[in-house]
Amino acid sequence: MTEHTKLNQQLVLDTESDEKQFLTFMMDQEEYGIDILAVQEIRGWEPVTVIPNSPSYVKGAMNLRGTIVPIIDLRQRFGITHIDYGPLTVVIVVSVKLKEQTKLMGIVVDAVSDVYSISEEKAKDVPDFQDSENAQFVHGLVNVGEKMVVLLNLKKVLDLHDKSSVKSSGG
Amino acid sequence: MSIDLSQFFDVFFEESFEGLDAMESELLSLEPGKEDQETINTIFRAAHSIKGGSGTFGFTAVSDFTHVLETLLDQIRNGERQLTAEHVNLLLKAVDCLRAMLTALQAQQEPEQEEANELKLRFEAILNGDNASSSQAEEVSEPGESSSLPITFQIDFKPLPYLFKTGNEPLFMIAELAELGELETQVLHDELPKFKQLNPEDCYLYWRFFLTTTRGESAIREIFEWVEDDAEITIVQCGGLFEEPASEPSESDTQHPPGEPESQADSSALTKPVQEIKKESPQVKDARKNADPSTTSIRVGIDKVDSLINMVGELVITQAMLSQIGEQEITESSIAALQEGLAQLAHNTRDLQENVMRIRMLPISFVFSRFPRLVRDISQKLNKQVELKLIGEQTELDKTVMEKLSDPMVHLVRNSLDHGLETPEQRIAQGKDPVGTVTLNAFHQGGNIVIEIMDDGKGLDTEKIRNKAVQNGLIQEMDELTVDEINELIFMPGFSTADNVSEISGRGVGMDVVRKNIQALNGSVEVSSEAGVGSTFTIRLPLTLAILDGQLVQVADHTYIIPLISIVESLQIDIAKVSNVGKGLQVLRLRDEYIPILRLYDIFNHRGAREELDKTLLVVVENDNYKVGILVDDLLAQQQVVIKSLEANYQRVDGISGATILGDGTVSLIIDISGLIKLSGLRRPGSSELLVDLKADEAVTA
Repeated sequence: MTEHTKLNQQLVLDTESDEKQFLTFMMDQEEYGIDILAVQEIRGWEPVTVIPNSPSYVKGAMNLRGTIVPIIDLRQRFGITHIDYGPLTVVIVVSVKLKEQTKLMGIVVDAVSDVYSISEEKAKDVPDFQDSENAQFVHGLVNVGEKMVVLLNLKKVLDLHDKSSVKSSGG
Repeated sequence: MSIDLSQFFDVFFEESFEGLDAMESELLSLEPGKEDQETINTIFRAAHSIKGGSGTFGFTAVSDFTHVLETLLDQIRNGERQLTAEHVNLLLKAVDCLRAMLTALQAQQEPEQEEANELKLRFEAILNGDNASSSQAEEVSEPGESSSLPITFQIDFKPLPYLFKTGNEPLFMIAELAELGELETQVLHDELPKFKQLNPEDCYLYWRFFLTTTRGESAIREIFEWVEDDAEITIVQCGGLFEEPASEPSESDTQHPPGEPESQADSSALTKPVQEIKKESPQVKDARKNADPSTTSIRVGIDKVDSLINMVGELVITQAMLSQIGEQEITESSIAALQEGLAQLAHNTRDLQENVMRIRMLPISFVFSRFPRLVRDISQKLNKQVELKLIGEQTELDKTVMEKLSDPMVHLVRNSLDHGLETPEQRIAQGKDPVGTVTLNAFHQGGNIVIEIMDDGKGLDTEKIRNKAVQNGLIQEMDELTVDEINELIFMPGFSTADNVSEISGRGVGMDVVRKNIQALNGSVEVSSEAGVGSTFTIRLPLTLAILDGQLVQVADHTYIIPLISIVESLQIDIAKVSNVGKGLQVLRLRDEYIPILRLYDIFNHRGAREELDKTLLVVVENDNYKVGILVDDLLAQQQVVIKSLEANYQRVDGISGATILGDGTVSLIIDISGLIKLSGLRRPGSSELLVDLKADEAVTA
């Protein structure tokens, strides 16, 4: 942990112009990172209202101070085995620009982890997993100390009109 | 900088459009010869401020154009010129033209200049005309001239053969013409006979001149004054398309063979504007589409704002009182005070809510006001005499609803004028007043606004509608339909009884579009008609799109909201009256009707709902005169809900029109009845096919 913080400080101090901060969270022992500027807030899991005939990864809609926000289970979106929500389960509310429209959406993840400053140049291209449907969600891979963090392409993750959800798109 | 400017733009456009609306309505109230000074002043002021504003923002095309009509208005205002019907027509056209220009500018497009230029020429022709009563008028109109381009006239001058005998010399006239401006002359000699037949005392030549001049047509006419009766003279302005020139010389009629001058002139006058309208409309539409994203605003009366401030004041007082109670120790008396305070808070909140909603409410006159013009134009085109009556103009409704109401209403009014009302001759023959009446009536009824469009025309022709429906395969030859059911057919897609496709109505976009638009607003439209007496279209709309009265229903552990306006009744199902009609569809016989049962849990794929019919409740809802029953586990409370968009952050969901937040902070979804019916797979081809199906099946099972 101490090593971790040191590393973190070092990264923060070492602010090069093209460095970006990423919020990371855990899912099935993997660490994923998203651009911290997209994050609006982090909340504990609360029951949501089911939206009929939506894809299974859409858990439902939540009231965020008067705004209706859809909640996406990221495990299900990625096809990772489902686990029961626990006290650490959080909803990260993010804002993404989809088709010229800024949308607020919540993603359910196992737990939040850390914030890193990462130069995007250091992000490696995704190795060849053409077969995997998930490849499109990955922006790049980056090493932080000993660990590998998967940087996500939120736009792709949250674009529900994608072919992977053709079934649900009615209009 | 640019942001600042665009802010001012918005205000300018809004004010200009308001000014144009004012001009239009005042112009329509003008009667030539009986004009009211104040009315003219109002029109003048509106034109003047548009000119000023457009000049400030550098919209020179608009300001130049407005200047010309302002000049004319100024002369009329000062009594230097007598107002004529022609002026009014021209001014109305100018208003339209300005509106198109401003719409284009608002969408940041280059405005269409052609029409403006042409209208400008016509204004200048009037300004330069000799009917100005004093030389002063000339002076006033001068700035108009200097800022304008010279006009090119095409002048056809064809002297009759005996011209020379009357002592006139064409050469002198040509010389005089040349003095007016730049002159191009063509001699046409195709009528020159062979030399042997030539009579040296006759004139065989005729001329075509192109004169570019800043002087008006009247100046040209003056030159030919002496030969008017001895020659065919046609003076036409060149450049651009034009409608039949306002001052088209009567002499041009002589061009037509004497047999059919009337009809020919008529047809050309009719077809030209039609072509022009066709040519223009896509552009105007484009502009409008592009203008859409610009932020809209509402003008709110100061009294509404004041009352809001009052309410907020009261709310602050109540809040202070409550927090004071909160700081004290809890005793019995403080609990009583707390309850009282909370009651007051509820009262204040409700008042505040109502008042905030009122801000969005505008009188329906905003929609009604465009109809006098529309009716005037159309009735002129159709040669019908129409009186338009507007009732309940002050009835208020939500701005968003109003904006979307306008197009369907225009369609209905056009229909009434075109199909409903008879020509004056027909009316007289039937012993009716030759002047037909179209009445627009708006009033509140419950939580709805009702708008009636009535005409005292011939009513719907049920026989014709029936035949047409059979022809289109909508109904079978032997189907027995009531009059209401037949009338209902006009709302079917692709249905039009118009014998001829006319410009006014009957272009295939029919009543089905009207109904669809109204339904998109959660409203309904119905028609009732009596042959020979007239027909009435009734539009029913919720007052606002922001709040609705909802019935909360439970299905498994989900709570949904059904709009109260669509609910007919809720009942426990008598299983004996349920029949299976195949494909998993069940219907309930309710009095004389068969109500298809839609299982909400099935359609929405919810597990854990009650499936046995005797343990559930049926909510009978009506959509488009079509009733279905929605099967739910239980009925919960009825309450007003604030409609929130689900689409804003998610996407459209079939069968769901929106969402709301309940008292406990959870989200609940609002059911969209017509979407639900579609989702359930129930075919509802204008209700007839399905009902016929059901009846047939019923007969088999019974």
